Amino acid sequence: MKELTCKLLVIGAGPGGYVCAIRAGQLGVDTIIVEAEKPGGTCLTVGCIPSKAMIHAADEFAKLVEAAAGGSPFGLTAADPVLDLAKAVAWKDGIVGKLTSGVAGLLKRAGVKTVAGWARFRDGKTVEVETETGVQVIRAEAVVIATGSVPVELPSLPFGDRVISSTGALELTELPERLVVVGAGYIGLELGTAFAKLGSRVTVVEAEGRVLPLWDADLTKPVAKRLAELGVEVLTGAKARRLSSDGAALVIEDAEGEERRLPADKLLVTVGRRPLVDGWGLEELDLDRDGRFIRIDEQCRTSMRGVYAIGDLTGEPMLAHRAMAQGEMVAEIVAGNRRGWDKRAIPAVCFTDPEVVSVGLSPDEARATGREIKTGSFPFSANGRAMTLGSDAGFVRVIARADNHLVLGIQAVGQGVAELSAAFALAIEMGARIEDVAGTIHAHPTQSEAFPEAALKALGHALHI
Amino acid sequence: MAEHVIKMPDIGEGVAEAELVEWHVKVGDVVREDDTLAAVMTDKATVEIPAPRDGTVAWLGAEVGETLSVGAPLLKLEVPGEEGEAPAEKAPPRDDTEPLGEGLVESGEGQLPDTEPQPKPEPKPKPAPKPAPKPAAKRPAPAAGGSAPRAEGERPLAAPAVRLRAREAGVDLRQVPGTGPAGRISHDDLDAFIARGPGTAAAPGRQRRTEVEEIKVVGLRRRIAEKMALAKRSIPHITYVEEVDVTALEDLRGRLNAEGGSRLTILPFLIRAIVRAVDDQPMVNSTYDDEAGVIRRHSGVHVGIATQTDAGLMVPVLRHAEARGLRDLAEEMTRVTAAARDGTATREELSGSTLTITSLGALGGIVSTPVINHPEVAIVGVNKMAVRPHWDGKGFVPRKIMNLSSGFDHRIIDGWNAAQFVQRIKTLLETPAMLFLED
Repeated sequence: MKELTCKLLVIGAGPGGYVCAIRAGQLGVDTIIVEAEKPGGTCLTVGCIPSKAMIHAADEFAKLVEAAAGGSPFGLTAADPVLDLAKAVAWKDGIVGKLTSGVAGLLKRAGVKTVAGWARFRDGKTVEVETETGVQVIRAEAVVIATGSVPVELPSLPFGDRVISSTGALELTELPERLVVVGAGYIGLELGTAFAKLGSRVTVVEAEGRVLPLWDADLTKPVAKRLAELGVEVLTGAKARRLSSDGAALVIEDAEGEERRLPADKLLVTVGRRPLVDGWGLEELDLDRDGRFIRIDEQCRTSMRGVYAIGDLTGEPMLAHRAMAQGEMVAEIVAGNRRGWDKRAIPAVCFTDPEVVSVGLSPDEARATGREIKTGSFPFSANGRAMTLGSDAGFVRVIARADNHLVLGIQAVGQGVAELSAAFALAIEMGARIEDVAGTIHAHPTQSEAFPEAALKALGHALHI
Repeated sequence: MAEHVIKMPDIGEGVAEAELVEWHVKVGDVVREDDTLAAVMTDKATVEIPAPRDGTVAWLGAEVGETLSVGAPLLKLEVPGEEGEAPAEKAPPRDDTEPLGEGLVESGEGQLPDTEPQPKPEPKPKPAPKPAPKPAAKRPAPAAGGSAPRAEGERPLAAPAVRLRAREAGVDLRQVPGTGPAGRISHDDLDAFIARGPGTAAAPGRQRRTEVEEIKVVGLRRRIAEKMALAKRSIPHITYVEEVDVTALEDLRGRLNAEGGSRLTILPFLIRAIVRAVDDQPMVNSTYDDEAGVIRRHSGVHVGIATQTDAGLMVPVLRHAEARGLRDLAEEMTRVTAAARDGTATREELSGSTLTITSLGALGGIVSTPVINHPEVAIVGVNKMAVRPHWDGKGFVPRKIMNLSSGFDHRIIDGWNAAQFVQRIKTLLETPAMLFLED
């Protein structure tokens, strides 16, 4: 097969890779992108998007179940709601299909050539791709590695028929009667909550002392409370040991050190994700590492000239929007512009019930800077719109420097607060002071009003509390 | 933890309020009994406020430069004590945990079970605020005076579009002063920086310095500023300069110093001369209350000695100069000026002067226009002594000459009286025996 040459070669068409390729194409850079699966990566095919689709389906179903049980506060009734899980999965797959073909179209429109297959480095400028029709060699001036990450597998619980990863969980067409989730991070809780709403009996096993251990405790309390309401059993301080000998239960060591059997039809293991660093010839490049990750500088350059790395491969936070921003930046660098990573905040959202958002520094992180800080928070129980949505749990919290009132961090927990991440990120990226937030008119009645109120609280004069 | 509120103490002498001039601690600091917490200032006396007991600083009640009335809460200490005491719950560091309990009283389905059935586990969040003191302790001394427009390690504050433009222009935003709130760098700031021309940063050798340090005018400096402005605003000054031949005086002084005892400068002689000149021109030794329209003519001569201290100009007072001998004058002057310099001067020693002397010694120059120490009406400035040629009618002879530059409140002192006063001093100093004649 004839060798291909290009200016920019992107390996992996996840959110980082495809954005990088599209932007490069827009800038007139001769670009090839290689992807073994459908474009869109983890995010579009087995992560963000499909999980949100299933969460939405589960939420809608749960509302009807609640109404059927006579639990609707405003008198909604329903009878015997049924969810056809296979249909829901098909609906989800339809969305994924639309988005992946949309990405393929965007790449094409930007003039990017897509090569389907598994890429492997021969050297820092040359890649071999195993395509259906044979080995395709591609030579490039610059290479962007965007191979992403995969779910971490526990040696004692290898993925298989009964033990599934988040990817497997999104493909279930039959509802597991008993689902055990190992790991109460955001992926496990999002999916565990969805399955609980769909009707599974869900047990969550977490080795740390509380759910969402990487988030600050105040934010996770409303989530823990809601899990209890949904009948999700949460076992904290408990360690997953092994599958029972008959394979029908998970053996755990509970907080007291006792061994316990948790019968399970499916075991969802969500104990984190690891960068995908094998299978594409990293050993040929001998790139510097940063722990498990590839070491990069503020231009996403690796230790090898002309080789960039973006996305989950390059470290925490492993979030699609970080990868996209990195991809866009690298494309512009390759096109000859001066760019550098100078983002002030990468918002993080947890689509649990209620949702959790964190942008910038947490109170503890802010204190750890050694500066004095001011915090102010405003509960949704004092917000009219939250009440009319029937969900007044949670709050918005603002953290600022005490000396110049520069906003350092904003967090929220509550129904639908994921959308508030936009306002939060903008405030920090623009260098807002709490007075700026407090002085911005927020529409009434919206949940967003809690944001300026939290700022006012930090200033000592919240109005509605 | 219990809370201990430290209030602005009564510093005495009818002082109703004091200005906070310095915090020695910050929130989160652990202090021991008798550690200095703050310095406050009244008139010109600075008083340090010690910690009454061990504890952790939980709250500061004022910013430097603010004036607090006596009895106002100055600082709150968290002191080890009865667990769960009510005030401790309100300590500001817990702010961030409050909302979970607040505002949910009626409809807080989210939190009630957490807080109501067992309030005990609630103190759990406490460990979170706790670690604060440690990192806080390594706060570097405010490094505002550095060469960059912001403290080292601090990221420049600018909107993404400004950052992008800066990067494209090759400008390091850390070097760009920001004029916006909290030092935010605007497009205009960036334009201004770029307009100053390339190479400002790159050129070796001489560099433009663009940083402007903002220094809050507080404490003594503010007192000085206010006092000087008041004097210049309300007093129409006249300045009168005369030269004094101090050759004889210097001879005398040399001999007296050779005898041993406390060393005499020229000032005790000058004070002596002023005391005698005041006998002839008593109005010079008065204070003028222009609001009340009253002149207070003092019988005692309390001489203010303008003194340069590390903090700035202070005027300790040598009381009752008329009742002191030469050595006594010298010793008392040394004592009060030293007290002012090392900060131990009392309020008493820093107020009540009726006439002030300002002398910069070898830095005295040939003429000065001293500013009257309000509400006094006269100030005597001493210029540098130098050997100058003097025409004695036949030829030039070297003489030790020193100028006196004196200022008078022209509302009270007429030119004629001012001249009489200075001429009298000149006569006395030029013929030093007259200083000691009993009349």
